[in-house]
Amino acid sequence: MAQPLVKKDDDRDDEAEYSPFLGIEKGAVLQEARVFNDPQLDPRRCSQVITKLLYLLNQGETFTKIEATEVFFAVTKLFQSRDIGLRRMVYLMIKELSPSADEVIIVTSSLMKDMTSKTDMYRANAIRVLCRITDGTLLTQIERYLKQAIVDKNPVVASAALVSGIHLLQTTPEIVKRWSNEVQEAVQSRAALVQFHALALLHQIRQNDRLAVSKLVTSLTRGTVRSPLAQCLLIRYTTQVIREAATTQTGDRPFYDFLESCLRHKAEMVIFEAARAITELNGVTNRELTPAITVLQLFLSSSKPVLRFAAVRTLNKVAMTHPMAVTNCNIDMESLISDQNRSIATLAITTLLKTGNESSVDRLMKQITNFMSDIADEFKIVVVEAIRSLCLKFPLKYRSLMNFLSNILREEGGFEYKKAIVDSIVILIRDIPDAKENGLLHLCEFIEDCEFTYLSTQILHFLGTEGPKTSDPSKYIRYIYNRVHLENATVRAAAVSTLAKFGAMVDALKPRVFVLLRRCLYDGDDEVRDRATLYLNTVGSDGEVIETDKDVKDFLFGSLDIPLANIETSLKNYEPAEQPFDINSVPKEVKTQPLAEKKAPGKMPAGLGAPPSGPPSTVDAYEKLLSSIPEFSDFGKLFKSAAPVELTEAETEYAVNVVKHIFDKHVVFQYNCTNTIPEQLLENVTVIVDASEAEEFAELASKPLRSLPYDSPGQTFVAFEKPEGVPAVGKFSNMLRFIVKEVDPTTGDVEDDGVEDEYQLEDLEVVAADYVMKVGVSNFRNAWESIGPDFERVDEYGLGPRESLAEAVSAVISLLGMQPCEGTEVVANNSRSHTCLLSGVFIGNVKVLVRLQFGIDGPKEVAMKLAVRSEDDNVSDMIHEIVASG
Amino acid sequence: MDTCPSIKNILLLDSEGKRVAVKYYSNDWPTNSAKEAFEKAVFTKTQKTNARTEAEIAMLEGNVIVYKFVQDLHFFVTGGEDENELILATVLQGFFDAVGLLLRGNVDKKEALENLDLILLCLDEIVDGGIILETDANVIAGKVASHSVDVGAPLSEQTISQALATAREHLTRSLLK
Repeated sequence: MAQPLVKKDDDRDDEAEYSPFLGIEKGAVLQEARVFNDPQLDPRRCSQVITKLLYLLNQGETFTKIEATEVFFAVTKLFQSRDIGLRRMVYLMIKELSPSADEVIIVTSSLMKDMTSKTDMYRANAIRVLCRITDGTLLTQIERYLKQAIVDKNPVVASAALVSGIHLLQTTPEIVKRWSNEVQEAVQSRAALVQFHALALLHQIRQNDRLAVSKLVTSLTRGTVRSPLAQCLLIRYTTQVIREAATTQTGDRPFYDFLESCLRHKAEMVIFEAARAITELNGVTNRELTPAITVLQLFLSSSKPVLRFAAVRTLNKVAMTHPMAVTNCNIDMESLISDQNRSIATLAITTLLKTGNESSVDRLMKQITNFMSDIADEFKIVVVEAIRSLCLKFPLKYRSLMNFLSNILREEGGFEYKKAIVDSIVILIRDIPDAKENGLLHLCEFIEDCEFTYLSTQILHFLGTEGPKTSDPSKYIRYIYNRVHLENATVRAAAVSTLAKFGAMVDALKPRVFVLLRRCLYDGDDEVRDRATLYLNTVGSDGEVIETDKDVKDFLFGSLDIPLANIETSLKNYEPAEQPFDINSVPKEVKTQPLAEKKAPGKMPAGLGAPPSGPPSTVDAYEKLLSSIPEFSDFGKLFKSAAPVELTEAETEYAVNVVKHIFDKHVVFQYNCTNTIPEQLLENVTVIVDASEAEEFAELASKPLRSLPYDSPGQTFVAFEKPEGVPAVGKFSNMLRFIVKEVDPTTGDVEDDGVEDEYQLEDLEVVAADYVMKVGVSNFRNAWESIGPDFERVDEYGLGPRESLAEAVSAVISLLGMQPCEGTEVVANNSRSHTCLLSGVFIGNVKVLVRLQFGIDGPKEVAMKLAVRSEDDNVSDMIHEIVASG
Repeated sequence: MDTCPSIKNILLLDSEGKRVAVKYYSNDWPTNSAKEAFEKAVFTKTQKTNARTEAEIAMLEGNVIVYKFVQDLHFFVTGGEDENELILATVLQGFFDAVGLLLRGNVDKKEALENLDLILLCLDEIVDGGIILETDANVIAGKVASHSVDVGAPLSEQTISQALATAREHLTRSLLK
């Protein structure tokens, strides 16, 4: 009888003894806190109660305002006790309670007494507490003590004062800035961490004074810095100085030697900081990179995961810009594929994918296949994205890469992962014509067994657009019709639409498709039946082989050129009446600016070196925007959109910038306008363009902006016609014309009457470089050889006196608007000659390669030899003309 | 402010992901539920890894997290995406070793909770408002220990007296039930 009882007790004890705070309850602890008021304080008991209170706060418990005030006042009583341990807990408690300003006064005198105490611990902690809870007015009273504390011979006190200074600088910079003499003295301290804290504070005090920071760095890089942390700070400040120097002057990199010497420091932290700093230098050369890559390579085989991770992450970033520099590490990287830490393994894989050459792709894929099965989805997505860019880089390898994608598509995986794979296949199909049929079949097989409705419908839609254009469209029908039997209503409806598209586009298939569609008339779902009926009645009659009308095709399958948001509002406003809803009444203007310029740099999901999706998305967005405007929809494919050029000074009434869109036969100017006056509403905004200095251009159409309210950007467009394929140049002057209406900014009411007004904008030029698109080539020599010398044009030019060779090189690059290859835009210091390789695509899709050889002689006279190869001799001549006239 | 290495939080969780002691220095997780969600995500992500001999590392929500486990305790230090990983690892090692010294090698959840005051003081001595104060475990533990209950009394005696105090409390509690 007794035995089981004991056992039961034991059981409970097992759980109970686990936490001394078991069953703790706020109310009870607050009651306990009354011991703080006892005339005879028991320090140990008080400490325990404070620990309990801190435990509650730490677990996320909150105190009401009244409770917090009561505890705070009770705690202040504990300053009577002379027990050091208790005092320490009191400090902690006060910081946690963060008392309000009127409460702070209660403890100020006690804390100030501690600040001047003989005990170092009191001084250090009182400073930290007081600075945490104080405000500006109190600070002036204690400033004198803080200045003393900064140069205190006890490092703990000095650090406390310095760190508090760093925090206070955010709120009361004017006071902290007065301490710079003391802080400067502390930088020389022999205590490692004091130096670190002093350096951090000193830099923050002076950070807006470039010259001072530069001086600070110069003196410290020559002297001795004791703490590794301080050394890391110094490296960061040095790179800052280097970066700022690079913007004002070109030439030698002054502090590179210092960074390189840090690679031999004894602390790994410093070595890594320096290596990373070197890899992130602007326009870093291969020679500069080499020592940094070497130490990172050593880290790759370290026994410490943190070190391996840090190194592989940095190398992964380097691989984006300098893939060749990282290839030396490939063997070490490959061994990391089997690393226990999957983040390291994924980073290694994606780095290898970036640095790999065409011949190593197959071997790499084999290794990755083994690896994919045991990593989490988030890593798999990163790998899939890396493979996609690899495939775009080596289109010849599409077969093995596409196979890989289709294999992993069949394996288990979550939605995001599957979506990444499907997106990748779609992109590959779009960009690599050879991969199309193969890819479509993979997608067909995937939807046979796909649990995600969203993906099934997306793929069906994609099949509908791409499938009919293949050599044998009939083989897709089976896959599509299976969906009608096996799937949910949403997928069935999508399958019906896809079937109809095949019927409409491929006349030979029409009778068979009609048979299938007629079966869908008996479907259980309204939407499916409706779609089948609609298509049967519009696409053709009775299964005869007749060509479907173009209008019908446009109606059924053309893209909706109206923003969905607008049609939604219009439909909501539509009231059932005799008059049917007229789709033409829906405004076609895009309300919000959909462009990528304003897009905040979103955080990468896993930060695992996913390639930045910058420029292509911008072009896509522009293309979408332009094709949604009916006036411009028949201009063909957008060749290039230039970066926005400001046409107004900063901070004027109306801010306008312009984006030049180049088409084969047309040029469209997109004026992005912002109204910065809250009291005004602009209507009918147009830009009047005077093209008298641009003879080859003829104004074709313009699209006014209906209304431009305060602070919400809008666009107006002007289109010009120009001779086809000719890089016509010219100068345009612009005038903003609009009707201005008064707005009451408080109520938002607009007055009815408006006044017409004009606003002069700056001129705009179309230059030859606008017709060249920056497209890089991975191997310039191969590309150069493959184009051949048929249309090669070589000539020499004198560029006259130039500041430096580098300046001349960058001037020519920007004049031509082409992509520098293989890092040849960087000119080595003090070199007398330089060769620069450029590549691009000229309007009309003509590939152009340029080899520039520069030489400089004594009085800074620069001469240049320009060799152009392209697929068209006119284009080769044109490039020469650009240079000759520039 | 971004040039100075900064710590976003230090977490000490148990083997079920529950808080033993945590300290946040950044405003990335404004509410308690946001903090708990982060702790849960960190715990789930790292749970299955072996971080008992060497500190391990992971990335989560654009943060770098270094971590180390011992017994039923999980130590984490979080920094920003661009933070030098080795600095974070140094802070973690400082915290980890200091706790080891303060708990006299008996590093487990029970011991940590019974000496929670030491753990909290330890956190307070390592980082102040995100700025690294000290990374040397001996110095950290020294600063914390010198504040402990009885000045001058050696650490070993303190633990015994504290153990006695806890025992007494346990006894009274069970008697009152």
